[in-house]
Amino acid sequence: MVASRDDAFVSFEHVQKSYDGETLVVKDLNLQLAKGEFLTMLGPSGSGKTTCLMMLAGFETATHGEIRLDGKPINQVPPHKRGIGMVFQNYALFPHMTVGENLSFPLEVRGMGKSEREEKIKRALDMVQMGAFANRRPAQMSGGQQQRIALARALVFDPKLVLMDEPLGALDKQLREHMQFEIKHLHESLGITVVYVTHDQGEALTMSDRVAVFNDGRIQQLAPPAELYERPDNSFVAGFIGENNKLPGVIEELNGDRAVVRLENGELIDATAVNVQAKGDKTLVSIRPERVEFKPELIPAGAHTIDAEVLEVIYMGDILRTRMRVAGHDEFVVKCRNTIDQMPLTPGQRIRIGWNPLDARALDMI
Amino acid sequence: MSDVASQLTTADGRPLKAALASAQARAKRRAFFLVLPLLLFILISFAVPIGQMLQRSVYNDQFSKSVPALSQWFAENPKGTAPDEAAFAALASDLVLMKETRAAGDAGTRINYVVSGTRSMFTKAARGADKLEPPFMEAMLELDEDWDNPLVWNAMRSAASPWTFDFYTIAFDLERDADGKLTKVDETQRIYFRLFIKTFLIAGVITAICLVLAFPIAHLLATLPMAKANLLMILVLLPFWTSLLVRTTSWIVLLQGQGVVNDILVALGIIGDDGRLQMIYNQTGTIIAMVHILLPFMVLPLYSVMRVIPVSYTRAARSLGATSWTTFRRIYLPQTIPGIGAGVLLVFILAVGYYITPALVGGADGQLFSNMVQFHMTKANWSMAAALATMLLVGVLVLYWLYDRLIGIDKLKLG
Amino acid sequence: MNKKTLLALTTAFGGLALPALAEDITIMSWGGSYAAAETESYYKPFTAETGIGVVSVDADNPATPVKAQVDAGNVTTDVALFLISDAMRLCDEGQLMPIDASLLPDGADGTPAEEDFLEGTLSECMVPNDIYATAVAYDASKFAEGAAPSSIADFFDTEKFPGKRGVLKSPKVVLEMALMADGVPADEVYDVLDTDEGVDRAFAKLDTIKGDAIYWEAGAQPPQLLADGEVVMTMSYNGRIFNAAVNEGKPFEVLWDGQVYEWEGYVIPEGAPNAEAAMEYIKYATSSEQSASFSERISYGTPRKSAAPLVGNVFGTDIPMAPNLPTYPENMTNALASSAEFWVDRETELGERFNAWLLAN
Repeated sequence: MVASRDDAFVSFEHVQKSYDGETLVVKDLNLQLAKGEFLTMLGPSGSGKTTCLMMLAGFETATHGEIRLDGKPINQVPPHKRGIGMVFQNYALFPHMTVGENLSFPLEVRGMGKSEREEKIKRALDMVQMGAFANRRPAQMSGGQQQRIALARALVFDPKLVLMDEPLGALDKQLREHMQFEIKHLHESLGITVVYVTHDQGEALTMSDRVAVFNDGRIQQLAPPAELYERPDNSFVAGFIGENNKLPGVIEELNGDRAVVRLENGELIDATAVNVQAKGDKTLVSIRPERVEFKPELIPAGAHTIDAEVLEVIYMGDILRTRMRVAGHDEFVVKCRNTIDQMPLTPGQRIRIGWNPLDARALDMI
Repeated sequence: MSDVASQLTTADGRPLKAALASAQARAKRRAFFLVLPLLLFILISFAVPIGQMLQRSVYNDQFSKSVPALSQWFAENPKGTAPDEAAFAALASDLVLMKETRAAGDAGTRINYVVSGTRSMFTKAARGADKLEPPFMEAMLELDEDWDNPLVWNAMRSAASPWTFDFYTIAFDLERDADGKLTKVDETQRIYFRLFIKTFLIAGVITAICLVLAFPIAHLLATLPMAKANLLMILVLLPFWTSLLVRTTSWIVLLQGQGVVNDILVALGIIGDDGRLQMIYNQTGTIIAMVHILLPFMVLPLYSVMRVIPVSYTRAARSLGATSWTTFRRIYLPQTIPGIGAGVLLVFILAVGYYITPALVGGADGQLFSNMVQFHMTKANWSMAAALATMLLVGVLVLYWLYDRLIGIDKLKLG
Repeated sequence: MNKKTLLALTTAFGGLALPALAEDITIMSWGGSYAAAETESYYKPFTAETGIGVVSVDADNPATPVKAQVDAGNVTTDVALFLISDAMRLCDEGQLMPIDASLLPDGADGTPAEEDFLEGTLSECMVPNDIYATAVAYDASKFAEGAAPSSIADFFDTEKFPGKRGVLKSPKVVLEMALMADGVPADEVYDVLDTDEGVDRAFAKLDTIKGDAIYWEAGAQPPQLLADGEVVMTMSYNGRIFNAAVNEGKPFEVLWDGQVYEWEGYVIPEGAPNAEAAMEYIKYATSSEQSASFSERISYGTPRKSAAPLVGNVFGTDIPMAPNLPTYPENMTNALASSAEFWVDRETELGERFNAWLLAN
């Protein structure tokens, strides 16, 4: 899936962007996309992800570096000649045109004949199950319907690359999740390349082939969703993707990628060394709440265990969320499946907890 | 359904609709009292004067109130009857009355509007009216041979009733010949209708120039950051805050033959000293000064519309493959139409009614229709001024109606 | 409230009619330097002598608001300053009170008032206050010695005197001047203008300067046009040119040839609230002494024969005023008295024709 520099469909090479000549919004961006890939740019607002998208679309110019599309540099190509479909957060459906006219627009400017246009419009509308809405105006439709039309409009002229700028941001949760699947489905059935920008990690994980996590103008990690979740490269990614317990400490032993970390209260835990160099380094150990075990039989043999005091148990239906005090920290969370044989925990109870050393990652200190 | 609804009652058994109406009546009354001052203000300062103006344009009793006998003769004898001795006798008796009430000048003025040179016939005749003796026809003709002029008699017949369309006849550059048929006035006298058309044309030119100038300014204002936009906005609004006379005078200083612009052009060698451009005291001056004055009325509605057009529309269009020109023409421009409509309507209507600026910088050919309204007001010819003003009002209403038909008044956005 | 602030206030409020205090009379006049001269020569001494206060109101042309007041039956003006044409018109229409000239004071030399006023200037409803002329004026510094325009014909001769002309935007005066420039003697002008051929002839003469004309309406414009160098010659009210020459030291000259003179004076609107006091004022202001004093302050001629020798130097200077007045005998060699009678009859028609002529390009 990961494309090499030469046969990449889209590539950013050493791209930098500054608006004011004083600060860089995008710092030395390098990114390659393969044809047919669904790549999500994920990050907090101001992280540079939207700027990257706008540079790709041609609405912003790169201050330095080169952007290539299908092997050709496009820095100097105006937006309308790039042939990139785009979906906007506020849909950007032309309010003075009907749905049909909106879809017809990209075809008309390409000089397409009337019958061909009608055929394509019908196909695009059917694709998003909006075939009956051709004569409506955008203002007469719900947000979800408008988003489908916006999608259809971005696809109607068969672009090879489609950019989506937080397209589901304005929809309610249920509709958003439904649309995620539809977009994913369209991507798969049409074989298009998609660059998707969002600040919603759930969306990113659900839909993408790969996710680029942006922060501070840089890609922090570029990886498939599972790897991102399972193996965050640094504390930012670990904190940004999913829920995480973080325990600060110092490297006590370092043996290849196996490390033993001494926590602040002196207890020792096992971890996988990711972002630490030497014994004595300060580190932040990150453990997913669902990977923490407290049934002795589930803790791997020889692994360190530490003391925990149950503070609170929250019943959430499918899972039980338990807050514990661990090594002096009150916010340590453990999630366990709500099964019939689950060991009941009560506040005040003291237990030993542990984990597979692969699930605890010793990261940089932020 | 409606039956069920009408049977709904409140807890104490009152019909629901009645209960609702009485509950809302108080609020409605209060709201009405709040707008009452405005309502009265509009009624007194707008509706009543316009009503009076309309009435004055068709009602003029300057002549009719002083000619009871003549009115009777006109009533008894159909149109086209040559004035006989009885008619002259009636006229003579009315002239005596005019002498007593000193109304001859007033009455003569009314006839003079239609037939030039007749006012003094009335004042002269009235002066010696009590010494006139039968046969009156002879006696009157001796005073002035024009007394049997059919045009004068036609005019008197028409003016004997206070309700008249004479002023509209004049306003359309028409007159009645001896047979009472409408004909165009002599070429050298045609002015009102021609000027009416010309005024609308000039207002159109001014509006078009304003639109062309204001569109990029408004766009710039709408896209600049707020702080800079506000600063520029102040510059745009500056003409608003300057007195009309100061602005107009500064245009004179700038544009006149020995003015700043000509001096610069001469100094740069673009024109010779003997080829100084005449940019003021003519139509050009009127257009330049009025564009300047009216520009803010175009910028403001455009700006208010453009400010709320998200940049994503144009970006969407560009990404869909449209060139910047196509994007402007098909996406941006249509969305600014409410602002364009409002600006065009505002500027056009204001331009059509302007008279101070044309009077000061318009010279001979830069005069507009309102200058004629003002001309007749200074000559105390209220009916003529009212007729011309009514023409202007109707012209503007017709345009308004056209606008509603073509673009739709609900699409108007004034800011 | 003292009189001075009252004056200032009413001036500031322009046409706004303040209710006059008891014993005060309201006088509506032209404003500007004209009202200033009235204030000094008439209002102040009159109040000092009689105790009747004067509220001064300005108007562009008092005839318009006065007619409106009389029409509406709400007259607040006691005395108004009218052009003779307006006075005759409104007098005919019964909107002005007739004034018995025999009540006016005798001249300084004892001549009865009715004989003391220049012939034809007294009329049924108006007592003349001054005589002014619309004449051609030019900037003497723009012409070589002896090469300045010397006759009304020169105004219409753009070959001999190239350059723009300032022209009054009114058929009245302009048509008369055109005919005089075309060689019609002053005493035949109205006979000629009464015929269609005469009117055509006047417009034909105007056509010769149409391309060079800059039109003006307000009296303040011609001196400005001359000062800016916009025109080489202009029609102007003689007083305005005199003011620019004396007060501002401009090298402006009035060409005393082919000018049209008119007179203006005081009227009492029908229904004036203080008609008696108004009449007292008119008697006072039109006396020989006050009239001469007025002529020293503004270069408009006195209509009283007996007042002419009393006119001394321009107020506050040692320049004699008399040669600057339209009534000075040497200035009257080829002058035309405007005919109000002609214009009340023909104004509508010739006004329309003049407007149409202006617009036709």
